[in-house]
Amino acid sequence: MTAMSTRGFARLASGAAGTNFGYLDEQTKRMIRRAILKAVAIPGYQVPFASREMPMPYGWGTGGVQVTAAVLGPADVLKVIDQGSDDTTNAVSIRQFFARTSGIATTTSTAAASVIQTRHRIPEHRLKEGQVLVYQVPIPEPLRFLEPRETETRRMHALSEYGLMHVKLYEDIARHGHIATTYAYPVQVAGRYVMDPSPTPKFDNPKMDDCPALQLFGAGRERRIYAVPPYTRVRSLEFEDHPFTVQRFDRPCALCGAADTYLDEVVTDDRGGRIFVCSDTDHCEERRAAGHRGEAA
Amino acid sequence: MTPLLSARGLTKLYPGGRGCREVSLELDAGEVLAVVGESGSGKSTLLSLLATELAADAGRIDYRLRDGTVRDLLVLGEAERRLLLRTDWGFIRQDATQGLRMAVSAGGNVGERLMAVGARHYGNIREAARDWLERVEIAPARMDDSPRGFSGGMRQRLQIARNLVTQPRLVLMDEPTSGLDVSVQARLLDLIRGLVAELGLAVVIVTHDLAVARLLSHRILVMKDGRVIESGLTDQVLDDPAAPYTQLLVSSVLAA
Repeated sequence: MTAMSTRGFARLASGAAGTNFGYLDEQTKRMIRRAILKAVAIPGYQVPFASREMPMPYGWGTGGVQVTAAVLGPADVLKVIDQGSDDTTNAVSIRQFFARTSGIATTTSTAAASVIQTRHRIPEHRLKEGQVLVYQVPIPEPLRFLEPRETETRRMHALSEYGLMHVKLYEDIARHGHIATTYAYPVQVAGRYVMDPSPTPKFDNPKMDDCPALQLFGAGRERRIYAVPPYTRVRSLEFEDHPFTVQRFDRPCALCGAADTYLDEVVTDDRGGRIFVCSDTDHCEERRAAGHRGEAA
Repeated sequence: MTPLLSARGLTKLYPGGRGCREVSLELDAGEVLAVVGESGSGKSTLLSLLATELAADAGRIDYRLRDGTVRDLLVLGEAERRLLLRTDWGFIRQDATQGLRMAVSAGGNVGERLMAVGARHYGNIREAARDWLERVEIAPARMDDSPRGFSGGMRQRLQIARNLVTQPRLVLMDEPTSGLDVSVQARLLDLIRGLVAELGLAVVIVTHDLAVARLLSHRILVMKDGRVIESGLTDQVLDDPAAPYTQLLVSSVLAA
């Protein structure tokens, strides 16, 4: 028996629920960390990794959870969001999972977190150096629906043949008069690889550019990890005469009055009543605590 | 002047011995070469070899680039080869669904090559696509329609527009008119003949239809069992065939 696995067993006993710190065994974490290092070294490139079965179904963030497990340390503070919210099922269960298996501190505050796992949003609060943002990715391949052959898409990435990505945008404009892709909007990272930013709204794309935090992407079912290192150029694809634009909302958040955030539509009664509120619940609460008020508050 | 395309000793054998054996050919700029023969004679294999879609067992394919240098396509780097294939070459396939992106509109199909070589102005791409659709007699109103709703003849014309939009110098055609009814065939052949003459295209066309070969090509290769058994000027070979197999082929044509 090697020293490594002995240490692994020692850790096993120390876990709060009888599991190893970060749930995964040390060998698996090493393997994932190697993939992450490679991904950081080649921004936007999809690195294959030996994705493990996790105690949750595919589609619930198995890739993100494995990346989080591999980067978490005992001193980390974890925040998990799902569509910007800290209190939905997915977010709560993943937060509890790590609190139980690793005994680490959790938070809902973006500023207080060192690792943030996210599904479909980037927090409104500007991320800072030293933070890690982990995305859950369902389909890592941006070319998938245009070119179904994986051998061919890999070759296209290798040769930077990205004309096809613009065919998709062309089709949008031809059909709708504007680029109608509103989420999973393709970006080019560091002037090289075209990357699917996971199904975040394109509203969040500008936040990925020159971001001080490390951004990691994990796709569990597809077994791919990719990354955007801090302060990396991330450009959304566009046409010269149809530049990239983000969604605009014609009214501010009904709770906190913010006019520069991504809003969710919330139905309030069965008579057609609805309000638009910040999708980032933490950001909204912070603003309200600071005295900002929207029309419904 | 060196020929535009020159293949030497191209060989590709499948298990069982079928395929294409030691085929050599030369093609000058603006020249149309027909490859005829029965099913299984290796003519489609030859075309796939020329298109570098199949790896040859032996042989070389020299191509004269726009800058005048001659390169062996089989040792060309993949990036360079693929760029050449989608800018300077075209490939019209027998089955249009193989040559088109069926999920993409007609305009997008034509624009794809432009975007692949870096066009990033939507208006210009659209203008070029509209222009080419008109040249192949597809109404601009059908521009945003999916090729799924197009007839067989329209699909073939769309394939032609999609390939010619980057103004290639060499176009490979694999039975472009088979499976179409005769009146549609005649119109398509007329269109191809017009474009070939107008643009000075070099063409290698594979067909089993001798009438197509006679109408379009300057020279002809007759293939049997993977070998070229006869070659020469089209009218000379068809009117005065030397090889017994060619004589059989010519005499088998049904006159209407």
